Amino acid sequence: MELLLSSIELLVRWDVILALLVGSIGGVIIGAIPGVGPAVAIAILLPATFAMEPIVGLTMLLGIYGSSMYGGAIPAILMNTPGTAVNALTTYDGHPIAAKGNPQRALSLAYSASFFGGIFSIICLMFLSQLLAVVAPHFGSREIFLAALLGIVLVVLAHRGQVLAAGMLACLGIFINTVGLEPVRYTRRFTFDQTWLASGIDLIVVVLGLFALSQAFLLLVQDDERPKPVEVGGGLFDGLKEVLGFKRVATVSSSFGVMMGMIPGVGEFTAQFFSYTYAQRTSKEPQKFGKGAPEGLIASEAANNAVPGAAMIPLLALGIPGEALTAMMLSVFYVHNVIPGPQLFANQMDFVLALYFALFILNVIVLLFLVFSTRGLLHVVRIPTRFLGIIILTLGFVGVYSLRNSMTDCAIAAGFGIFGLILKRLNLPVVPIVLGMVLGGIMEIKLRSAMARVKTPLDFVDRPIAAIIFGLIVLIIALHIRTYIKSRKQSEK
Amino acid sequence: MSESSLKSRPSHHPKRGDIYFAAFFLLASLLLLSQIGTETSWVKGTKFFAQPRFWPAVSLIGMTVFASLYFFRSVLSKRAGNEVKEIVLWLKSLEYTVWFMAYVVIVPILGYLISTLVFVYALSLRTGYRERIILLMSGVSAVAIVVIFKGFLSVKIPGGQLYEIFPSVIRNFMILYL
Repeated sequence: MELLLSSIELLVRWDVILALLVGSIGGVIIGAIPGVGPAVAIAILLPATFAMEPIVGLTMLLGIYGSSMYGGAIPAILMNTPGTAVNALTTYDGHPIAAKGNPQRALSLAYSASFFGGIFSIICLMFLSQLLAVVAPHFGSREIFLAALLGIVLVVLAHRGQVLAAGMLACLGIFINTVGLEPVRYTRRFTFDQTWLASGIDLIVVVLGLFALSQAFLLLVQDDERPKPVEVGGGLFDGLKEVLGFKRVATVSSSFGVMMGMIPGVGEFTAQFFSYTYAQRTSKEPQKFGKGAPEGLIASEAANNAVPGAAMIPLLALGIPGEALTAMMLSVFYVHNVIPGPQLFANQMDFVLALYFALFILNVIVLLFLVFSTRGLLHVVRIPTRFLGIIILTLGFVGVYSLRNSMTDCAIAAGFGIFGLILKRLNLPVVPIVLGMVLGGIMEIKLRSAMARVKTPLDFVDRPIAAIIFGLIVLIIALHIRTYIKSRKQSEK
Repeated sequence: MSESSLKSRPSHHPKRGDIYFAAFFLLASLLLLSQIGTETSWVKGTKFFAQPRFWPAVSLIGMTVFASLYFFRSVLSKRAGNEVKEIVLWLKSLEYTVWFMAYVVIVPILGYLISTLVFVYALSLRTGYRERIILLMSGVSAVAIVVIFKGFLSVKIPGGQLYEIFPSVIRNFMILYL
């Protein structure tokens, strides 16, 4: 009870409430604008949050992360253009429902399913927290190293059809992290005698370049698009009742979201894919999927909204981010010397609980905001794309320059911006670079400290958790190779 | 989480310009790997896994292996055609990099507010916007960005040299909030 009160006390402050409001409403608006997305917004806001207290900064970023997918459903349903990449599946059934003259039903279903997924994941988290508090302290250096390695393996293999590209980009991320002074001996690595490279390449500069500047350049070099206005009438509360009519799909999809969110490197896309496939296979009318099936829309939205809460688990319990957005949040922890990991659960459980409560409140704020302001948001969706590019470029400057007022940082970010643009044009993933940078740093430190106590290779996996994670890595790679060989054989036939 | 949509994944068929990117990445990886002896050090008496060279070597070998396989797959795949058009589009982004760097250079001279107004207006005109509503939006957005980030969130952006010409009261206000 004392813990509960202490966590509520952390939240009941004007600056936290303001951060929560700004984050959640801002996240919806950002999510609703195709071409922006939460990664761009979080990257831009990141340096600004360094001056805030950890709970304030994290609440704001969490607000953007947790609410952007709600907003992303609006253009996905009304214009067949996902606001964020994770709303891509929403277009499959959401847009056909809207096209049949029921846009308010599609929106209402999407909001309600998202709310269901969000709340479901928070409830799971609250129960799992007790378990995590017990398990997390058993994670030593070798377990954390192996968990980070598992994250790298998963982020590479999760990009089906792009494994080679994801692999080389993840390795690039690990390499970028090694540039500068080595952390123990302080010898120079790949600095080419340049003083500006001695301090290394900052993660935030890379993130801003890859996400914000690349997106700005992309919007600026492509033709200008001006989405047409769409009218939405009727009530937006009705979907709640309809979602409850599909409890099983909503619950299973949310469970997929929670499971996939917890596994580093996997995330929303896989969760949605599994949920959608499950919903279609178990539906009485599978032929309707892709043509306006409410279960399809519910599966997609419930799964992707269950992920943000679950993605906080590896971050908070082990200090391992599962994807780019939590990787960015990790830097907020480090700046304030709050080290996520087993000790956080043991010593600052009230802080962890406060973050869960914040997630819960933001879901309520977002649902209410959307029900009453969707019509207003339709104007935001219609911003011309090139103008949006100009604004992102202007905001990108604040993010990079405010870090340390360095022109070199801006030039590096611009370089990564061009690189990110090329990756986006080639439909190659950007996330492996960011995860490579973050997890590479964790692996370097943890392997070094783990090897100090290891005499033979078998010692490395002689503890149960280490053995389980190692077994998982081997199993996942073996399964991937098997699937690859199988699909090759099938395509040859 | 992958950014690509379900419709566009998996992409076995290379997109336009893919082979140039693959060749560039492989070349860069090989070049960096060739420099590992001079750009990293080997410390005597230190364990293999703790060597400063260990992680750069692991990552560069990984980059080279994956990039080689990626390159060969690109070479063996059917070309998408009109590759030059794609490369030109990539190069077009260099213009906006110059715009961005020009903005970075003028902020410490003109100050954040004036530079942002100039940058947003000039870029709006460059990208072909002439409508009054967009130009109005440009001005409002520029002022809003400055007020929110510098005035409200107090991000660290120094005052411009131009502010020196203002009386001290106005100068102090501008340095702090604009």
